[in-house]
Amino acid sequence: MILQINNDHQRFRKIVKGRIRKELRKFLTRSELLGREGKKYISIPVAGIDIPHFRYGDNSDAGVGKGDAKPGDSVGNEGDVGPGGTQEGQHILEVDVSLDELAEILGEELQLPRIQPKGKHRITSERDRYSGIRQSGPESLRHFKRTFRRALRRQIMSGLYNPDAPRIIFERADKMYRSWKTILSPQSNAVIIYMMDVSGSMGDEQKELVRLEAFWIDAWLRKNYQGIESRYVVHDVRAGEVDRETFFRIREDGGTRISSAYRLAREIIDKQYAPTEWNVYLFHFSDGDNSSESDSRECCQLLREHLVPSLNMFGYCQVASAYGSGNFINVVHEHLNDVEEVITSRVNNKDDIYDSIKTFFAPGR
Amino acid sequence: MIPLPVEIARQAERIADFARREELDFYPTVFEMMTSEQMSQVAAYGGFPQRYPHWRFGMEYERLRKQHTYGLGRIYEMVINNDPCYAYLLNDNMMVDHKTVIAHVYGHCDFFKNNRWFSATNRKMIDEMANHATRVRRYIERHGHDRVEAAIDTFLSMEHLIDPHSVFMRRQSEGRHKPTGAKQPERETAVRFPAKSYMDRYINPPQRIEDDRQALEDRETKAKTRFPARPQRDVLLFLLQHAPLEDWEADVLSIIREEAYYFAPQGQTKIMNEGWASYWHSTMMTNYILQADELIDYCEHHSGTLATSPGRLNPYKLGIELLRDIERRWNTGRYGPEYDACDDMSTRREWGKEKAPIGRVIGRGSPGREKIFQVRALYNDVTFLDEFLTPEFVEDQDLYHYRYDPSTGRMVVVNRDFYKIKQQLLFMLTNHAQPYIYVMDGNYRNRGELYLAHHHNGADVEIKYAVETLKQIYRAWKRPVHLNARIDDDPILFSFDGQKSSQQHVDESIDPPANQF
Repeated sequence: MILQINNDHQRFRKIVKGRIRKELRKFLTRSELLGREGKKYISIPVAGIDIPHFRYGDNSDAGVGKGDAKPGDSVGNEGDVGPGGTQEGQHILEVDVSLDELAEILGEELQLPRIQPKGKHRITSERDRYSGIRQSGPESLRHFKRTFRRALRRQIMSGLYNPDAPRIIFERADKMYRSWKTILSPQSNAVIIYMMDVSGSMGDEQKELVRLEAFWIDAWLRKNYQGIESRYVVHDVRAGEVDRETFFRIREDGGTRISSAYRLAREIIDKQYAPTEWNVYLFHFSDGDNSSESDSRECCQLLREHLVPSLNMFGYCQVASAYGSGNFINVVHEHLNDVEEVITSRVNNKDDIYDSIKTFFAPGR
Repeated sequence: MIPLPVEIARQAERIADFARREELDFYPTVFEMMTSEQMSQVAAYGGFPQRYPHWRFGMEYERLRKQHTYGLGRIYEMVINNDPCYAYLLNDNMMVDHKTVIAHVYGHCDFFKNNRWFSATNRKMIDEMANHATRVRRYIERHGHDRVEAAIDTFLSMEHLIDPHSVFMRRQSEGRHKPTGAKQPERETAVRFPAKSYMDRYINPPQRIEDDRQALEDRETKAKTRFPARPQRDVLLFLLQHAPLEDWEADVLSIIREEAYYFAPQGQTKIMNEGWASYWHSTMMTNYILQADELIDYCEHHSGTLATSPGRLNPYKLGIELLRDIERRWNTGRYGPEYDACDDMSTRREWGKEKAPIGRVIGRGSPGREKIFQVRALYNDVTFLDEFLTPEFVEDQDLYHYRYDPSTGRMVVVNRDFYKIKQQLLFMLTNHAQPYIYVMDGNYRNRGELYLAHHHNGADVEIKYAVETLKQIYRAWKRPVHLNARIDDDPILFSFDGQKSSQQHVDESIDPPANQF
């Protein structure tokens, strides 16, 4: 049954989304979101969706309570400190928003184009599954148990049921039928390879930036591809593949040799992700402090000759560290200016994430 | 809608008979069965199956759904003040819950029908609400969803600015336009005492007559230029009559105003209404209805309904206890000058005990029962607590007074002083715990600006909200709007002129409005 309230509810959701959109820049920097990855819904506190009216302010914060208490005891939980009694609270609303919706808002607000998946295996396979139930259908699909239950319930309620001589007679309205849903499974595959510099100069703050940026990149790409895989590579002078947890937590010391990571990425792609079948996205986060110029040049060569041909995109994000920003981004600019798959951005603080994502997925790419 | 099972219909009949036997007097009551989802919709709509479209109902719906999903709250029952009364039952409740709810509902229905404050409410409100929905939908079709919704938002921010007492005393004509051609009241003229012609010069000296006439004229012109003639509490009515609204906007405003007036008595009698209904479900369940095997479930339901948590006073609990207290007091004769004058606590405690031994319920026909029937007919929450809250009751109920402690940022228990508690309770109930706002001038500084004022009674208005609300009022009035409010004992004039908000200290340099308190 369709409830009338659904229209009002849709209307409300629209307002919520509008609010999120308006505050997206602020929203992108919220680190509480992390750790909720993998969940379908994220609950977001949205303040101020409220109809203003004249009301009492702070000096009316008092009330009457009941029960055991001595003067000086605090009332209520530590949690709900603040206006109580006469007040309605501050109207901070927790709204559940799905990651998909968030990514959509992100896309609209940043005016990101929908990504065109590549690869010839873009066949969508269709499959029917008998998972639903409905009130009309062929007799051969009749769901006997449900039909019986409905008939029984109707008879009990209308007083026709006699427990001593139970006789259940179906009526048309009782009958329930199995129904099918067609499931589309698109075959566009994508893989994101995240690479991060974990040399001594990358502190916790830098990692936080990387995590946030990676979260939103993930959300946006997931919105565009059904099946997506993520791989994580960390490097200092040597590179190694790690799992997601480790990727964000790991802390190592040592120097930096970026080429080691690119080599490993190349290896991964060559082994498992044939560019004809996979959309490959490669992101690299670093403070840009490479050990030697020659290694930087080697990286560029690797990129141009081996990586870029098999990639949809290579994103290099340089985060500012306590020791200043490195030179690697300039080297990349210098050598790969003409390659349109290569995009760079700088993130100095949380506020830059907005612009960084915009650069990465800007229209026209 | 799920059909109402026969068994429940039968129980409802039975319980109605018990209720009539207890002299409850109610409109015919229609029970309907609902799923929790439907119940959430109806609850979001304030109990009605149909309301005009607006997002705030969707917000409420989402909140209720979530509350239900996480098991944080459960709506057992909803009942609408209407003739016939409509009440909804939740389909996954147990039979004993249904019975309790039904008994509770008859209490509410009796209250709706007999309490004075409800006497002016529309008893065909279900139809009226559906009509409102249709009208608003028609405006949406004609003028677009966004425009109509914005207008509703605007008017809703003022929905509390009504005068709940005005339904009992017609202060002025309502309609949008003033009636023309109606008979003007006779003009007051200077007093002329009857006198013989030769004495007239002395009894009615021409100079006095002339002075009187002059004074009268002055007063009249002043009253004419004063607009409104006296401070007006029904801001919505003032806007309805004088704001430059399009016809459809005025109609939307009148819809919101009508609904605000309909809901007002429910806000005014929350404690009494719930207390009365709880009193009756408790009385009827324990005396007539409950079966032995239902006892535990009933107790759980009942104590859940009446449970209090620290810092939040449960209206069900306060209401039922106070009604029982009144019943006990009137059964034992603990009222009147003789009792009031007695200041010996032990005598007071023993007063009239022989008439009503503890533990024995004295029911129908007892003076206490008669008294509470009278109370349910004549009182609202404010007068109810003002008259019947006693120091003994406050002590018995373990009530205390708490307030916000700025040094710790917590709510802290202050004491158990009877007068403080009573004052606090009355403050919380007066005018729905909303500030009193009056229209003081509709042509402020002779520039057609609107001047509102907060009648201060101990608490300041919240500044941030006030500024936002002024912006909303501006959208209706379309000329600058002002609010005079006392903040920390300082009179401040908040203004919004369509571009920016401002606030200034009120002193001689600021023109006074036409009216003063």
